[in-house]
Amino acid sequence: MGLYPKTLFLLMGDRGLLLEFGDEISLEVNEKVRRMALAIREEGIDGIIEAVPTYRSLLIIYNPLILSIKELRERLGGIEEGLQRTPFPEPKLIRIPVVYGGPYGSDLDDVARFHRITPEEVVRLHCSKPYLIYMIGFMPGFPYMGDLPEALVTPRLKTPRLSVPPGSVAIAQRQTGIYSMESPGGWQILGRTPVRLFDPEKEFPVLLQMGDLAQFYPISEIEFKEWHE
Amino acid sequence: MEKWRQLSTVAQRKSGLDLIEVFEVLQPGILTTIQDLGRYGFSQFGVPSSGALDAFSLKVGNLLVGNKEEEASLEITVMGLKLKAAREVVFAITGGDLSPNLNGEPLDIWRSHILVEGDIITFKRLRMGCRSYLAVTGGFVVPKIMGSRSTYLSGRFGGIEGRALRRGDILYAPNISPPLNQLGLRFPSDWIPSLEKEALLKVIPGPQDHHFTKKGFNTFYSSMYLVTPQCDRMGVRLEGPKIERRPNVEESIISEGLIPGAIQVPGDGKPIIVLKEMVTGGYTKIATIISTDLPKVAQLKPGDRVQFKPISIEEAHLLFREEEDHLQSFRNLIERR
Repeated sequence: MGLYPKTLFLLMGDRGLLLEFGDEISLEVNEKVRRMALAIREEGIDGIIEAVPTYRSLLIIYNPLILSIKELRERLGGIEEGLQRTPFPEPKLIRIPVVYGGPYGSDLDDVARFHRITPEEVVRLHCSKPYLIYMIGFMPGFPYMGDLPEALVTPRLKTPRLSVPPGSVAIAQRQTGIYSMESPGGWQILGRTPVRLFDPEKEFPVLLQMGDLAQFYPISEIEFKEWHE
Repeated sequence: MEKWRQLSTVAQRKSGLDLIEVFEVLQPGILTTIQDLGRYGFSQFGVPSSGALDAFSLKVGNLLVGNKEEEASLEITVMGLKLKAAREVVFAITGGDLSPNLNGEPLDIWRSHILVEGDIITFKRLRMGCRSYLAVTGGFVVPKIMGSRSTYLSGRFGGIEGRALRRGDILYAPNISPPLNQLGLRFPSDWIPSLEKEALLKVIPGPQDHHFTKKGFNTFYSSMYLVTPQCDRMGVRLEGPKIERRPNVEESIISEGLIPGAIQVPGDGKPIIVLKEMVTGGYTKIATIISTDLPKVAQLKPGDRVQFKPISIEEAHLLFREEEDHLQSFRNLIERR
């Protein structure tokens, strides 16, 4: 169905308003989320504390003592009407080195077997195109990217791992992502990148941003070990 | 330890403050972290707010010691923290009652006190609630990361090296003279939120209320839910009657932003209350706890019970205003002293 003809405004408690633009993961819906997030930031509305953009919705966290829910709805409605006029930045393309398989990609062989192709073919497919970063979430700097080539669409692990090492490059359904920190996780791990995705000490803490494009390329184990940013 | 000392030096340089040692940690207790009101504006990068789970208690503690309401304090969980004062310092303890003692004598909470060098504070055992806040004049100083000193435990940054306090840690505060006129100041008891082992939590339905049946909502509003041991700064998992979902909806939704107090209902139909270390999630949310009831959630511990009651957003905003009015009245009262 794609974009709703009319955006849904849903309450998330007394300080959250969720703007839902569509019911699927698609370029069209995601672009609307980004346009809206950008326009709200440019407008600089007093009383908006935070805007959380995700696949198909935008959560506005506001202070009701500064901005009433009625006024917030009106302001957002107005912004949405003028949305087509806002300039939109060109996406950046970021290339991400990955050492595939072996101890770095413990599910590569299983994924290959699942699709009845070779591990080399999995790597080739995974590196075959740039992916759109639909959102950053789950943990600091974790990019949700897609869409995978049809031949790589794979279910999650039946039992999630208790610990996934940082830098792990993984897939689940149509999505691919990178574990920016060590954490539990149920995605199928294909490899690992030496690149750091999140650094809290930096002024701009993340490498990848929603709306950018990322393309993977294979590196050797030696290159991985000797990688310097 | 060494690294923490270096970081403190960095904090000192960055903040431009003259720092002094205020406490040595003799025992860290079950879980003690440094928290302020949290970091905002970074959730688009996957960074949750963190910050004091009971923000009201943190604010009052700060006002009691002459600070602005947002300074960093200690969030003390359940029991076991033991501190030694390194100098004269004005402090206050607010929030849950963990039986604080000063050199073996019981200490009143929700009022300011003074310590001298060598004094020992201990939090012996849990009497009521789950989390206590200890504020000192000037606030505890650690490096600000993304605008906040709050510890984000699963992200391993903020506070002291992104971790809980350890034995031997030294806690620093700005070198400012203790506001002796604040001594003995009490927060009016009428305005202290009451804590009970059975909490009534007010909620606003949604955002996925349309995923649940009328019967599901009846179950949700009429049942007592038990707080399980799976409760931490990320969330509180509850045990109780399963909440019925509409037959034609999926158990999970496309991941979206979260707010503290959101009540997720995963596939097993048992609610989970979201707290301050989660940023996005793909479980359906039947309702969201109102802001002024979040301090009650922060004070829940395993074995406590909760019940949910729906209210309108207009009522919730009136309560929000009322809480702010109490804080403002208290600020006025302090100024008149």
